[in-house]
Amino acid sequence: MKSVRTLFVIAAIVMGGALMGAVSSLHPFGVPSPEGCAVDEHYLNRAGVDLSCENVVTSIVFDYRGFDTIGESTVLFAALLSVMMLFRKGGRKQ
Amino acid sequence: MKNRSMRPLSVIARTACDMYAWFMVAFGAYVIVHGDITPGGGFQGGAICATFLALMLVTQGSAYVSAWLNENFYKVCLFLGLFMFIGFGLMGLGWAMDGTLMLNWAAVAHDQLAEVKPWWPPSGTVALMDIAVGIEVTGGLSLILVTMFRAIRLGTVQEDGMGKETGHDQR
Amino acid sequence: MISANLPYFVVVVLFLIGLLGVLLETNMIKIGIAIDVMESAANMFLIVLGFREGGYIPVKFLMPAGTENFVLPTPQALTLTAIVIALATSALMLSLIVVLYRHYGTLDVREIRRLRG
Repeated sequence: MKSVRTLFVIAAIVMGGALMGAVSSLHPFGVPSPEGCAVDEHYLNRAGVDLSCENVVTSIVFDYRGFDTIGESTVLFAALLSVMMLFRKGGRKQ
Repeated sequence: MKNRSMRPLSVIARTACDMYAWFMVAFGAYVIVHGDITPGGGFQGGAICATFLALMLVTQGSAYVSAWLNENFYKVCLFLGLFMFIGFGLMGLGWAMDGTLMLNWAAVAHDQLAEVKPWWPPSGTVALMDIAVGIEVTGGLSLILVTMFRAIRLGTVQEDGMGKETGHDQR
Repeated sequence: MISANLPYFVVVVLFLIGLLGVLLETNMIKIGIAIDVMESAANMFLIVLGFREGGYIPVKFLMPAGTENFVLPTPQALTLTAIVIALATSALMLSLIVVLYRHYGTLDVREIRRLRG
């Protein structure tokens, strides 16, 4: 059992090294590229003018991307349904 | 027969809970309603409102909460919130000029705000859907807590009203 | 080289702590907590990606005079959905642990592999 645990630790360290190498080739922290921010600039410029809603994050969640919020409600319902199904005291017919 | 369900905490903890529990619901409602001005909104405020039931379960014990709890209230909250949310989304099909689905049909633009003066909040469906989602998440998370709590009761139902207290050195 | 991208490395360290917890622990509840730590590290990575220097929070009428830059709002909106999904998976994991404990009588992962009850 001991040898399997050292193998797990070595595999985790290798994966950590790969993740750190991948992360250091991203854009530097705090300076995103202007082509990547084009959609966000559109939301920031238009959110207070079109909708009169000052909170840009809430207007993205409920108005510009409202279908994702429907999906999130579905996930909440699915979690509730599966928890209720696991703890059911059904009468089993013997 | 030993009772193995959750026991209430001491008198000090129960008194502090009694003073404090309903203010948490008021703070959660504040976070829900002010969703279009400050950071916050429906999901965050609903999670704050659901911790009221968690506080009552931990401090008052299972006998008190089982006698007091009404599960149908949370089911009504859950389905009412969901139907309000979908209703506000689908109402844009008939009433708006272009017939938009799920887009903000009740919003008033910034430059028209001086003339139109609506009686609903000028951010439109963002404020209304906030309240609907807040009610729905409160009901849903409280129902998850109640279902998991009812499943872990291992012993028999006790005869007296309150069990022996736990949390200090009484055996 | 590292100090320019330091928040990214902190997120990777947090993810590795959760991963080592899943691989090396034998108590089932601790494995569930470590999975939750990994999900929180992924959410934190999303928020760290959307930072702009000199920016303020994206609420328009709260900004003090003189700032023109806002932080990017879209990763914050996506993180809200991801947090709710992490909550749903933790609730389901804890319920499965309760059912497993009732069936086998133990919380140790090594015993469950042997019993085959």
